[in-house]
Amino acid sequence: MDWTALRVSLWLGAGTIAILLPFGIWLGRLLAVHQFRGKVLVEALVTVPLVLPPTVLGFYLLVMFGARSPLGQAFQSLVGQTLPFSFEGLLLASAIANIPFVVQPIQRGFEAIPSDVRDAAACCGLTPWQRFTRIEIPLAWPGILTAAILAFAHTLGEFGVVLMVGGNLPGETRTLSVAIYDRMQAFDDRSAGVMAATLLVIAVATLMLTTTLSRRVGVRRG
Amino acid sequence: MCDVADRRLSVRILQRSPIPLDLDFTCDSGDVLAIFGPSGSGKSTILRSIAGLYRPEHATIRADGEMWSNTASKAFAPPHRRAVGMVFQEYALFPHLTALGNVMTALGHRPSAERRSRAEELLGLVHLSDHQDRRPHQLSGGERQRVALARALAREPAVLLLDEPFAAVDRTVRRRLQDEIDELRRTLEIPLLLVTHDFDDVVRLATHLLILDHGRAIASGALADLTSRPDLPWLRDAVGLGSVFEASAVRRDPEHGLLALTFDGGTLLASDREISAGTKVRVRIAARDVILATRAPDGLSLHNVLAGTVSAVNDDPALDSVVVQIAIEGVRLLAEVTRDAIGRLGIGVGTPLFALIKSVSIEILADFRQT
Repeated sequence: MDWTALRVSLWLGAGTIAILLPFGIWLGRLLAVHQFRGKVLVEALVTVPLVLPPTVLGFYLLVMFGARSPLGQAFQSLVGQTLPFSFEGLLLASAIANIPFVVQPIQRGFEAIPSDVRDAAACCGLTPWQRFTRIEIPLAWPGILTAAILAFAHTLGEFGVVLMVGGNLPGETRTLSVAIYDRMQAFDDRSAGVMAATLLVIAVATLMLTTTLSRRVGVRRG
Repeated sequence: MCDVADRRLSVRILQRSPIPLDLDFTCDSGDVLAIFGPSGSGKSTILRSIAGLYRPEHATIRADGEMWSNTASKAFAPPHRRAVGMVFQEYALFPHLTALGNVMTALGHRPSAERRSRAEELLGLVHLSDHQDRRPHQLSGGERQRVALARALAREPAVLLLDEPFAAVDRTVRRRLQDEIDELRRTLEIPLLLVTHDFDDVVRLATHLLILDHGRAIASGALADLTSRPDLPWLRDAVGLGSVFEASAVRRDPEHGLLALTFDGGTLLASDREISAGTKVRVRIAARDVILATRAPDGLSLHNVLAGTVSAVNDDPALDSVVVQIAIEGVRLLAEVTRDAIGRLGIGVGTPLFALIKSVSIEILADFRQT
């Protein structure tokens, strides 16, 4: 059992949620509530990571992070290290790969709020920010929760993008799913089996948690 | 105290698209202006513009002595800065909050220590004290409507807007809610706007009426004047003609289930067992229930024989019947009779006539029982 890999996986999952939720809430709400020019394009771009093969996504992310790209240069001059094959680079790649898993459920969550309810909140004297925190967030909560859990579970299982962008550096970019592959290559079936079972348990536990929480939300709301 | 002009709502809306609107109206405090028209005529858009939820091309909206919208000077107060109480068609309650929580949400202008007790008070006012901890899905349609009303009142609004408030409740609940709202408006002293496509709401609640068609007011004014106008074919299609006026219950005859009413034109006997003497009521008499006679008849089972003078005859060739308007002191009564009867009785403007009305034909609308 590669505990370091498990730790990297869990940190990556948590970090991805931390980065993506605020962004997903912003973009999901924007797409749900506002009509604007180019909305269809934005929605298509959001979905792209879902349909691209992970290797293709990984390739473009590597190009984007590379020393010759503005992003890669900016990161290097700020932090003093390169983005590819670092935990930070992997985290950024994971966040981008998970955009569709986060934005879409959140968008559906905000779309489910009737526009009359939004208007009623305004007529109750709530400022836009109060409407957002006291009415919209609680009502979109099931969507936000689904987004967080999907992103977490998907990050734990991500393989192609991780290998392309992060490589296989122990303690830095070697996640549990990469470690399993690594052990299999070395004919260490036992370790691979333990780690695979760990991921399976985490996956089942996550799904049970989702179901329980969403049922509780359901009871609260009817 | 603010004077009446200060509390008046005045609205001027002009736009070409998407919904064409060309309107100019006012509503004084204590009045109930019903905006009546078919669906798609722009009724809800008017209310939404007043609430600041919609911005028409050109608008000047004044209420509570403040300018809420003025497109010419680019003045616009966002909805949360307008003291508006709005009851939405589907109530739009916050599903994650209890009835109490819903009402408390609209009490942000009060110190937080007072909000709970004030919300309880308001729920008591709409007879929902027992249900304050229920969530919207645990309430019936009528109860939700009451929560929505309590929430709208919680803002201490300068204008109360009701958007098809009874569309989603059944007839019995509707009657009760209509009465409750009528009772409330007597204590509120603010302009009240009611959007509806059901004439029942108009006759039971409104003091003033604006009839909307394709975004324009085809008629507007005091209800008593409009409902007696025989030249509104649209109204006639919608409800059949009738006259509405105020009266007071003076005497009850429990033995026969009769109620004596006095009004500007005299006394009427109505069939009613519930209303107690001393209450003010609104009475509606359908034009087709009024029989005309040139001489006072005798030997009839009828109670109500009123003497008056013909003040107008509206003969629309497209219709089989003729509408005769009879002035009985200050009240104008409408009678719908056949064209043949006009000839036989020699009815013209100025003809003295007797109007005969069965006591069961006198429809008593909102009664304002003390609770």
